[in-house]
Amino acid sequence: MGIVTPDIGLIFWMTLSFGILVFILAKYAWKPILATLHEREKSIEDALHQADKARDEMKALKSDNEELLRQAKEERSAILKDARAIRDNMIEESKTKANQEYNRILEAAKESIHFEKMAAITELKNQIATLSIDIAEKILKEELSDKENQKKHIDKMIDNINFN
Amino acid sequence: MITFSVSQSVKANEEKSKSKKFNAGEMIIEHIADAHEWHIMTIGETHISIPLPVILIFDGKLSMFCSSRFHHGTESYNGFKIAEEGKHKGKIVHILANANGQEVEDEKLPLDFSITKMVLSLFIGVFLLGLIFLSISHSYRKRGVAAPKGLQSLLEPIIIFVRDDIAKSSIGEKKYQKYLPFLLTIFFFIFLNNLMGLIPFFPGGVNLTGNIAITLTLAVFTFLITTFSGNRAYWVHIVNAPGVPWWLKIPIPLMPIVELVGVFTKPFVLMVRLFANITAGHIIALGFVSLIFIFGEMKPALGYGVSVVSVIFYVFMGLLELLVAFIQAYVFTLLSALYFGMAIEEHHKEENH
Repeated sequence: MGIVTPDIGLIFWMTLSFGILVFILAKYAWKPILATLHEREKSIEDALHQADKARDEMKALKSDNEELLRQAKEERSAILKDARAIRDNMIEESKTKANQEYNRILEAAKESIHFEKMAAITELKNQIATLSIDIAEKILKEELSDKENQKKHIDKMIDNINFN
Repeated sequence: MITFSVSQSVKANEEKSKSKKFNAGEMIIEHIADAHEWHIMTIGETHISIPLPVILIFDGKLSMFCSSRFHHGTESYNGFKIAEEGKHKGKIVHILANANGQEVEDEKLPLDFSITKMVLSLFIGVFLLGLIFLSISHSYRKRGVAAPKGLQSLLEPIIIFVRDDIAKSSIGEKKYQKYLPFLLTIFFFIFLNNLMGLIPFFPGGVNLTGNIAITLTLAVFTFLITTFSGNRAYWVHIVNAPGVPWWLKIPIPLMPIVELVGVFTKPFVLMVRLFANITAGHIIALGFVSLIFIFGEMKPALGYGVSVVSVIFYVFMGLLELLVAFIQAYVFTLLSALYFGMAIEEHHKEENH
């Protein structure tokens, strides 16, 4: 039996059994195996994809958080600034008001002092006048107590009157 | 059912074997060629072998009997015997009685569909492949997309290798799926049977993938698939190859002839490559073993001495053959895939080759 001459019997059995093998394996082995492999690869790919997406989301979330934090900080500083401004304003305002009040009170005091002074001066004047009249009355009473004196005095007064 | 037949060889054979010197060439050819019984071993003069069914069609008549009827090729049965000499040596021939009453071989050979050693080995290989892949297919279905386990994880990288590095890269993303079942089957068929051939005892050791009929059938499968999936561009390329000067086509159709020859040489080369590689491996391995007996016949001590060297070389060859087993399966599958890829390739515009 030469080793380079193919035998018809072997070719027959080979064709038959190999054909059946290809058919059976294709239908019952390769199809489910390849389908499962494909499915697994897809699921792995999906998982990786999702992980990527999650990472991106995390990143976005983080940057969102940072943005929020930044905004909050800004707001805080703005509020602080406002508060400081308000405080300064208030202090300024109250200072002005106090000054104004002080001035007003001072003015009023000055006025009342002036008024009191005037009143006192008038009183004093009146009293001086009354005292003067009293003194004059007393002097006159003394001077006019005798007739002679009275006559002298009247004469003197008549002399002083100009008849014009 | 396989039954072991342990039989005392007949006297004539006994005498012959005693007188016969060790013939390495004959022994090697006997090992790598087909046989009607599966010889397992010989202890002294006792042959242990599995007799196999003989199925013959002669003159339109079917005859089936057990090969043990031939008594290891020494007797004739039912008008048939295994030729011991001549050009049909080892084949079953029909016996005619000539005018002198002597038995002579009929020139006409019966059609031999026997379940020979090769056929049984083929069945074992096919059975194992079926068992292995149906079982892992079952675990794929059961486990779904979960990580592979056991046999599944051993074979999965190879399946993915065939799919991605052979089919996908040679045929292309779009159409590889159609050819993948065939490619996977030939890959594992060749690979498993190559490995089985390396096992030195039953049920291995049969030079199945180094048998020309087996490689021929595989190559014919590849050829038929290539031919039937060839698209218009493929045939145009054969008949009227673009980018070739016109005087190579008219008046003598030189290029078309070359291309047409190429269509047949491709599978022919596939057939020869696998056959030659595997057969050569078996011959070399058996050659090393034969050396022991050749030297042993001269002087037993020399045989023992040589055996050390032979075993070392045999182990080395065995390791090399392991590599060859994979490489040949890979090459056969890769080239088949390339031929399929060529047959379905779309040539868009006139390309310069």
